[in-house]
Amino acid sequence: MSTCVKRLGKWVSLVSKRGLSTSSVQKDASENGVKSLNLYSAINQALHIALDTDPRAYVFGEDVGFGGVFRCTTGLADRFGKNRVFNTPLCEQIVNEAAKFRYRSGNQFNCGGLTIRTPYGAVGHGGHYHSQSPEAFFCHVPGIKVVIPRSPKEAKGLLLSCIRDPNPIVFFEPKWLYRLAVEEVPEDDYMTPLSEAEVIRQGCDITLVGWGAQLSIMEQACLDAEKEGISCELIDLKTLIPWDKETVEASVKKTGRLLISHEAPVTGGFGAEISASILERCFSRLEAPVARVCGLDTPFPLVFEPFYMPTKNKSKIMVGKWICSVHVEFYNVIDDDDDDDDDND
Amino acid sequence: MRFISDISHKRVPCYRVLDDDGELMTHTNHVQVSKEMAVRMYSEMVTLQTMDNIFYEVQRQGRISFYLTSMGEEAINIASAAALSSDDIILPQYREPGVLLWRGFTLQQFAHQCFGNTNDFGKGRQMPIHYGSNKHNYFTVSSPIATQLPQAVGAAYSLKMDGKSACAVTFCGDGATSEGDFHAGMNFAAVMEAPVIFIIRNNGWAISTPVEDQFRSDGIVVKGQAYGIWSIRVDGNDALAVYSAVHTAREIAIKEQRPVLIEALSYRVGHHSTSDDSTKYRPIDEIEYWKMERSPVNRFKRWVERNGWWSEKDELELRSSVRKQLMHAIQVAEKAQKPPLEDLFTDVYDQLSSNLEEQERLLRKDIEKHPKDYPSDVPL
Ligand SMILES: Cc1ncc(C[n+]2csc(CCOP(=O)(O)OP(=O)(O)O)c2C)c(N)n1
Repeated sequence: MSTCVKRLGKWVSLVSKRGLSTSSVQKDASENGVKSLNLYSAINQALHIALDTDPRAYVFGEDVGFGGVFRCTTGLADRFGKNRVFNTPLCEQIVNEAAKFRYRSGNQFNCGGLTIRTPYGAVGHGGHYHSQSPEAFFCHVPGIKVVIPRSPKEAKGLLLSCIRDPNPIVFFEPKWLYRLAVEEVPEDDYMTPLSEAEVIRQGCDITLVGWGAQLSIMEQACLDAEKEGISCELIDLKTLIPWDKETVEASVKKTGRLLISHEAPVTGGFGAEISASILERCFSRLEAPVARVCGLDTPFPLVFEPFYMPTKNKSKIMVGKWICSVHVEFYNVIDDDDDDDDDND
Repeated sequence: MRFISDISHKRVPCYRVLDDDGELMTHTNHVQVSKEMAVRMYSEMVTLQTMDNIFYEVQRQGRISFYLTSMGEEAINIASAAALSSDDIILPQYREPGVLLWRGFTLQQFAHQCFGNTNDFGKGRQMPIHYGSNKHNYFTVSSPIATQLPQAVGAAYSLKMDGKSACAVTFCGDGATSEGDFHAGMNFAAVMEAPVIFIIRNNGWAISTPVEDQFRSDGIVVKGQAYGIWSIRVDGNDALAVYSAVHTAREIAIKEQRPVLIEALSYRVGHHSTSDDSTKYRPIDEIEYWKMERSPVNRFKRWVERNGWWSEKDELELRSSVRKQLMHAIQVAEKAQKPPLEDLFTDVYDQLSSNLEEQERLLRKDIEKHPKDYPSDVPL
């Protein structure tokens, strides 16, 4: 645990707040306008709104005063003052303290709507500490919620929901998308509900479930599969815990097949949890074993990143095999895979 | 070139007001304590001592699962509480129940927590002695050592930002000062200029580890200075010295908006807890010496008696009344119902999440099918 928590220590920033304020949001240029933004700017906008709408909201952590390594906190200290936006020498108390504060006191005390923001995932050059995806670890600590956005618009809406949720939340921001992902983001104050998954692509042959940066990879796999006549349904889980089983269950009952994909190591990953739960609920409706296309059980390897990653083609091949596979052939099919699926970038 | 040596040749002095016989020492100044306050302080020290003795016995009889006494540290507990205001926020370690007692947590409430029944504010989820009460501004005890220290700084910073005329007060033992959280808390407090008082109970032992194995500095008081924090060493078995130091520290913390550290020298007279037998690692003579000759309760009593504020009759009446109250409280707590099953699932989040709802439903089904597999005294 100390490794992943230490790693968080380098980048984490925290937002603490109480209650929900309804006071109006400061509007810059356009009233209720929409602007094309990348992910870090969308997060920056959400933090401005959070501080603006609640005088008891604070942002603190390493480097947040000057804007943060990823520029997410730019301008906050100037606008809201050093008393509310400040650098701290960090120490982590997530698992034993924040997570259990409410439960252990019988709901007499809580940690005041803490949201811990942290980057996660591959960037092409991160290595062991700066590219890992420790989300499953936090999912295994009752009392914490885990949320991961897939795009700038989602990031803003989900982050505001997290900040205004009365529970401690770890908000994982896909590092890869900070600058890369750009989309139209409403400028006003809006919240995207937690614990609600979204079907972002309808299909009838197989259900694909993922979160964060992995969704764009899976979307490409869906497009490729479509060319081969396979219709994929794609679900963004958004909140990993407590997760929206109903949406995934309904989809799998329709398609009869499920593939889960995440960058984190396959063993003990959150995909295993989804797989187990869906097997419990949909056993008789499944036409193939649940498939997982995930990272390897190694520390995130710098030069071997392309081998480690759950790429589009790994997903696509799995999708294909899963549609064609007859149960008895299952293990042979898996063996075949190993030779032919590594033509990724 | 000159290196600063590891230790200055003069040790930091220890602030004392009463000598070992409970006589006011000459040449020391202290904050005045009225008759009413002194009698209340003494009574609460006796109450804490009696509660410890009786709950310890109740644990030995197997009626509660665990206990931990504050014996030998009654003055630190009660005199610090007496010097504070009820608006001040307490973040305890675990050997400071006297502060909660002073604030009005009843003997019955202590008993409910130790028995983990439905009246325990913590809903029976934690081990005995993990008390907490929002109403009394006393954060719930958490087992991991030293986590309360950086939290206290956060609480103090929030008081500062809200412009409150109050401070946060946190306690820990000598062992806790070796944890990373101690250093993070001290540094954070100094940098943030947070109105927080760190009261370090240097009682000589961290379970079986003596202070000689814990640090090589001149105790803990010097660490405050290293972080840029005003600090004082006091005799923790001298109730008047503790009262004066905490009273003054509170003024500094609130008026000057800065942290203060108090190192209170004492001795852990009891075993670490009911899971420990300290005669295995320290001489019985040493324990007896601190229990009798250096007792903070006896020392303070001599001073109160000398002032003509306390008689043997008062003493007998108090001890017998506290005993009776405790026996009654224990009977009531032992008979009270266990917390209901739903308390297993609530408070993980502010609202029951869907995964927990599902698990509760399945558990209830199983209980219906196999009632014998489950304790019958938990209301469903
Ligand atoms: C982080 C952590 N490490 C170890 C322990 C086990 N433990 C419980 S009490 C204790 C000793 C603490 O000693 P000290 O701070 O001197 O307090 P005292 O018991 O003397 O009042 C230890 C090591 C723990 N609870 N938490």
